[in-house]
Amino acid sequence: MQKLIRNIAVSLWLLLAGAAMAQQPAPEPAPVIEAAADPMTAALTALPGASYSDKQQLAVQLAATGTPQARALLQALLDGNLYARTADQRVFIGASTDDVIALTDPRTGQSAGTSSEDALEKIGTNNALRRALRGALALFDLANPDAGARLAAVKEILGGLDDTAAAMLRARLPAEPDATVRREINLGLALHDLDSSEAPRRLAGVKALVGSLNSDVYNRLKVLTEQGSDGSYTEPDEAIRSAARASLDSIENRRVLYGGIETLFFGLSLGSVLVLAAIGLSITFGVMGIINMAHGELMMLGAYTTYVVQQAMPNHIGASIIVAIPAAFIVSALAGVAIERGIVRFLYGRPLETLLATFGVSLVLQQVVRDVFSANNRPIETPAWLAGSLQINEVLSITWVRLYIVFFTLAVFALLLLVLKRTRLGLEVRAVSQNRPMARAMGIRTEWVDAMTFGLGSGIAGVAGVALSQLTNVGPNLGQSYIVDSFMVVVFGGVANLWGTLVGGLSLGVFNKILEPFAGAVLAKILMLVFLILFIQRRPRGLFPQKGRAAEG
Amino acid sequence: MNLKRSITALLACTGLAVSALTSAAEGTIKVGVLHSLSGTMAISETTLKDTILMMIDEQNKKGGLLGKKLEAVVVDPASNWPLFAEKAEQLLVKDKVSVVFGCWTSVSRKSVLPVFEKNNGLLFYPVQYEGEESSKNVIYTGAAPNQQAIPAVDYLMKDIGVKRWVLAGTDYVYPRTTNKILEAYLLSKGVAPADIMINYTPFGHSDWQSIVADIKKFGSAGKKTAVVSTINGDANVPFYKELGNQKISAENIPVVAFSVGEEELSGLDTKPLVGHLAAWNYFMSVKSPVNDAWIKKWHTFTKNPKRTFNDPMEAHVIGFELWVKAVEKAKTTDVEKVIAALPGLSTPNLTGGTATMLANHHITKPVYIGEVRGDGQFDVVWKTSKEVPGDAWSDFLPASKDIQADWVTLKCGNYNGKTKVCSGQNYK
Repeated sequence: MQKLIRNIAVSLWLLLAGAAMAQQPAPEPAPVIEAAADPMTAALTALPGASYSDKQQLAVQLAATGTPQARALLQALLDGNLYARTADQRVFIGASTDDVIALTDPRTGQSAGTSSEDALEKIGTNNALRRALRGALALFDLANPDAGARLAAVKEILGGLDDTAAAMLRARLPAEPDATVRREINLGLALHDLDSSEAPRRLAGVKALVGSLNSDVYNRLKVLTEQGSDGSYTEPDEAIRSAARASLDSIENRRVLYGGIETLFFGLSLGSVLVLAAIGLSITFGVMGIINMAHGELMMLGAYTTYVVQQAMPNHIGASIIVAIPAAFIVSALAGVAIERGIVRFLYGRPLETLLATFGVSLVLQQVVRDVFSANNRPIETPAWLAGSLQINEVLSITWVRLYIVFFTLAVFALLLLVLKRTRLGLEVRAVSQNRPMARAMGIRTEWVDAMTFGLGSGIAGVAGVALSQLTNVGPNLGQSYIVDSFMVVVFGGVANLWGTLVGGLSLGVFNKILEPFAGAVLAKILMLVFLILFIQRRPRGLFPQKGRAAEG
Repeated sequence: MNLKRSITALLACTGLAVSALTSAAEGTIKVGVLHSLSGTMAISETTLKDTILMMIDEQNKKGGLLGKKLEAVVVDPASNWPLFAEKAEQLLVKDKVSVVFGCWTSVSRKSVLPVFEKNNGLLFYPVQYEGEESSKNVIYTGAAPNQQAIPAVDYLMKDIGVKRWVLAGTDYVYPRTTNKILEAYLLSKGVAPADIMINYTPFGHSDWQSIVADIKKFGSAGKKTAVVSTINGDANVPFYKELGNQKISAENIPVVAFSVGEEELSGLDTKPLVGHLAAWNYFMSVKSPVNDAWIKKWHTFTKNPKRTFNDPMEAHVIGFELWVKAVEKAKTTDVEKVIAALPGLSTPNLTGGTATMLANHHITKPVYIGEVRGDGQFDVVWKTSKEVPGDAWSDFLPASKDIQADWVTLKCGNYNGKTKVCSGQNYK
């Protein structure tokens, strides 16, 4: 392995120095070699005070050495883990633990003790430098034993493909064992061939690119088929043009297809957020007939619970979300029971007063949160397993967090259905919602059932808050922005019908996302509300109205 | 803990009111503070109120102004635009304040504008805004579009080589006007209309999936693409989160924001944002002795060493100092005389330059472009070589090209250089 790296490093060095050596074919370009005899030393002395463009040059020189130490140094610089000690300007790779930073000597890779953050100065990077560093590191990674790292490296190189990089790819191809990586390398080489001055090579390039959805390929093929303002084509050869046009057509068809799938997923994902926010309300509003304006604030409490849980376990961010789900359920459910016992139960049968009272509660909760946590939004960290996206192909990727939320919504929905249909509480809730006096006559403690139902609905709101904390701001206004949408879904789906909420929420989400590309976000929302008003005019009881005797209650 | 702090604050307020009663006999100069302390804008405006309280405190320590103590009159317009006008009326008519520092959103400024003009008050407005306005009674210490938006676009065009532009904003007056100016500017620089994508979203928009996917598609056309964001307030967090999740990094498609500063970043997990850009006239991370001194004062005043200092706060510091100088020069707090004394005055800004009051009631400001760092601060990557004078009426909009504002010689905020007519204060 070591040898392989060395080989690559040598060839890389030769290539980089190639330009300089072109003028003097004699194999002893003494000054160049000498200046870079030990780029590590040069870099270590110059880095603390270097400008961004100087740093970029140093990085290129370092990359040319191809040593593992150089790689570690560049990686640390990219990750922002490279520090200069203020006292003596010595450069260290740092890893921050609790309060101190553990230092490593970049030259030897050995531990160099620890230091406080104040005694160190971070060696900064900017966008251009980070880009260059990624490019330099990609060259190292071409020989990485991990196929995933190699693939990422090749993709990185494709972004800035030039003759040097193409030559490196060509050199790597025979030694590459992994089929995916080989395909990616071939793609790069074919793209490079499009620039060739020989027509057959260009044609071969176009042929090799058939079936690729890569956006670079699309752009390049498009250029090939373009006609200049004077009627001449960029590509003089007719055979190449028609080949390019044919594969362009097939790419466009597939792009449209995947675009449709993407819109559908966006819609389902927006819809599942709506369902999650509305489902708790569907219980309190639908089953108990209470207009709970504080529902949004119960979601907010759930989101703040997530924040508190993260603060309590800062070293286990990944697990904190899992812990936050039951915690948020309990916090919001308790708050819900308190609201029901304290206020709502005195107002049964007086919807207007309930509405006003719960609106008041929502303002109180908002201000409490402002006083306890301050008016500023709270930062919530996204665990690694929720970040990023699932890349299905070059044009279609689905973000993990959205995908998880779709499944999470379905799980919550199933669980809730189970509770309502299979448990004693569920039976009693349904009995009370259908006929309160009769249920009481049968010996059901309706007061207790009311409190539990309200608690259940509120708890679900809290759980929704955990999911929302991953998507939006955790601040005092979180609830307000979802309360209207929640009511909308419940009314659309049909009161007292969980299935209605599910179908209503998902279809509103998809409807919104289909409209959005044509109408823009603002108009899409307006159109949706207009549609809803018209719909309610025609079917005042929503998609799935209650039928029979239950409807009269 | 916080409850305790609120109680102390409450006590302090009552104490202030009592001391106001007792000291009124000796004569104090009243300074109105018109910033939302509750509601959606509280997140941004509360610190501005604290800034003015600190300035007053500092001035009183120096012995006050014209031999009198300064006294703050703080009101809470609660992020409610009509209430801004009512509270402004109360400050000017009932409390008879000499000057008001206040407002954040453009709509709140538009709401109080008639009140200040009717009662001949004086308002210092500290936030970057869309321009197209110059009132006799308002001093604009925030940036006009030519002091923020235009230089930022220039930077992207010349230094980064951006060829394709996404102008994304929240749907209200500031982004709409700024984007109109930017679009006209880009077209004048030879950018093809097909290379500009304009997108508006409602306040507090949280579902950015399709828009970010569109940006990604727009940016994959092989030309360097950047997003110029006038997205306001709360909508930013889900926007940046979605960018991170869809793997759009600052290295591929940088986002330059005009409304995201240190204060906003403090409520955010900044890791996915590293490298994205912001354009301001001040960054807390700029090293200068004046800046260090003010940050220290701020931390002592708020008793919190972690509080951030940001651009609108700097504007308030400059505005307050300019007002003090004008009062000293006019030897009175009479609004008419202070307004006459203001143009031409200058005071050091916090980043080592000078802020000069111009005849159009705007000030000169340096422009900085910063890249977001992992710790929520900014690294300055570019700045203008000298201060840029604020231009009230944009030169890139056909409707305002010929309009100029000059309160010294022309005595007009809306003078058409072609027709030679002063439209008075009739804004469009």
